[in-house]
Amino acid sequence: MGEKRQMLPVWFFIGLNLFIYGVIIFASGLYEFSRPTDTVLASLHAPVWWGGIMVVVGGAYVIKFRPKSRT
Amino acid sequence: MSWPSAVPLLALLVEPGAGAGRMMNPHLVDFAIIAIYFAMVLGIGFYLKNYAQSGKDFFLAGREMTAWVAGLSFVSANLGTLELMGWAGSAYQYGVLAAHWYWVGAIPAMLFLGIVMMPFYYISKTHSVPGYLQLRFGKPTSALSAASFAVMTILMSGVNMFAMAKVMQVMLGWNLNFSIWMSSLTVGIYVTMGGLFSAIFNEVVQFFLIWFGALLIPILGLIETGGWSGMVARIHQNFPGQDFTHLWSNLGHFSDNPMGIHWTGIIFGLGMTLSFGYWTTDFLVVQRVLSAKNLRAAKMAPVIGAFFKMAVPFIIILPGLLGLAVLPFHLVPESVATAGQHTYNDVLPLMLARYCGPGLLGLGITALLAGFMSGMAGNVSAFATVWTYDLYRPFVRKNATDAHYVAMGRWCTIIGLLVSIGAAYVVIQFASIMDYVQALFSFFIAPLFGTVILGMLWKRITGSGAFWGLLAGTVSSVSMFTLVKLDPSKLAIIALSANAKDLAADMYRGLWSWLICLIVTVLVSLMTEPDPNQDYEGLVYGATPLPSEGDLPLLKRPIFWAGVALAVFLVLQWIFW
Repeated sequence: MGEKRQMLPVWFFIGLNLFIYGVIIFASGLYEFSRPTDTVLASLHAPVWWGGIMVVVGGAYVIKFRPKSRT
Repeated sequence: MSWPSAVPLLALLVEPGAGAGRMMNPHLVDFAIIAIYFAMVLGIGFYLKNYAQSGKDFFLAGREMTAWVAGLSFVSANLGTLELMGWAGSAYQYGVLAAHWYWVGAIPAMLFLGIVMMPFYYISKTHSVPGYLQLRFGKPTSALSAASFAVMTILMSGVNMFAMAKVMQVMLGWNLNFSIWMSSLTVGIYVTMGGLFSAIFNEVVQFFLIWFGALLIPILGLIETGGWSGMVARIHQNFPGQDFTHLWSNLGHFSDNPMGIHWTGIIFGLGMTLSFGYWTTDFLVVQRVLSAKNLRAAKMAPVIGAFFKMAVPFIIILPGLLGLAVLPFHLVPESVATAGQHTYNDVLPLMLARYCGPGLLGLGITALLAGFMSGMAGNVSAFATVWTYDLYRPFVRKNATDAHYVAMGRWCTIIGLLVSIGAAYVVIQFASIMDYVQALFSFFIAPLFGTVILGMLWKRITGSGAFWGLLAGTVSSVSMFTLVKLDPSKLAIIALSANAKDLAADMYRGLWSWLICLIVTVLVSLMTEPDPNQDYEGLVYGATPLPSEGDLPLLKRPIFWAGVALAVFLVLQWIFW
């Protein structure tokens, strides 16, 4: 039986997930500038800064825990 | 032009006639976020399939998880449907008293698990809590515990499914059957493939999703109300004369608080019995810690989990309180709700819809779905382990190959899900979803804690004592529950007050059943002889050499961080006194 390959850390999947979601939410926040929603406190544009935070956190995790090629 | 609509997609899924009354109106972007989540969890399951080949991999995630992964998974396994929806609803109903279930009802027990009990679970190399009972007391006690756990787990999983499907119906107008089968199929695929690896990975992913999906609600809510003091002022304005914002100062008398409970019920029933029972002997959560890569990681995992557990009320209890402050109408119990009225359990989705537009709404719905599905995954993975190792192996097929037991675990996952689906269709509604689960906990969990803790701390406890004590505790709990259902006036005897709500009654029932278990266990043990061939090493305090941590730097010692967690816990009690 062959040796198991090194498993990707769960943090990589978390980073990927947050990054993708962050991009989508950030983009939807930008879209809201031209098509405002009727939610309470919509003027704060939460999707823009919340999506931005997710992109930064997710991106940091992806970079730190990305699969590395064996040398 | 408006936001891209999801109407064509919804048309495939919605319950006829349910759309008009639904709470939320998701857009295509929200459905994209939900779809990405499903793709992600299935992808993780496929990826991990190659790593879950042996029994150790499939049932214990290879015992190679770090303290952080095991700790987050430990907390996340408890962040399912009932946590998110039920406790936000309970916060609306009972106020900040609901936070007791996160603080006094969790933190001392989690720290006790990490520092005192984990060494025995880990050193004995057991695969499960019933497995520990088998090593300590023999097959009868283990089988009783395993069978009751299996029943509870399947019922819990059914409750999870039912709750999820109902929430999706109310929030999005989704068809009940569609929700149940879609989520079950997804969970079935990823747990069958990756076993506990899959369950743990998805729980940790879900933990982050829940925080990012739910944290905006309290942030925006506090901005709207002008901070904590503004929120309290609005609650007093909306509900004059009622105290929703104190943890302890209104527990001096049963009638002084919305829960109808006395501080003795919180301390002894919740803090000393049910929470210790749940956090130290419920295999669903303990299984996560058993996956840790070494003893220090296993001890640190619950301590790490305790810090995050203390923070969870900010995303669950606070939205419930904010609901009291900002919602323009009053929510009602499910038992009295009429058409068009929202119930306590709707508070979280209502707050989500209040603040979150397209995109964020999808993230919030995904967080809820993730909570539902990971709760389900936790139940079926624990069920598969207990069935395979604690019922099938000792009683049906003793000496099969490891591959056979892994195959059995995979089949159990599927069968467990099918039985859960059946349970979901027959779940009877209670006033609050959480009350029902608390009732289940107190049936099985409180007496089990009595059995395990006595077994760990006292060599004199015999197998017969453990068996009859556990049976007496469980039967007494079910009997008290049935008695009150048949004759509600008996509540005044069991919960010490006729004003007690369901949650308060559960606390006292748990306490009494635990005490009955302890008394019967000790009495029967003293009347019977211990097994002369029993080896107590690794199983009982005083007979087990525990590895010293004296050579570790202070910051790496679990006991140090447990002390810090305890200090934070006490400060929180003082702040919200």
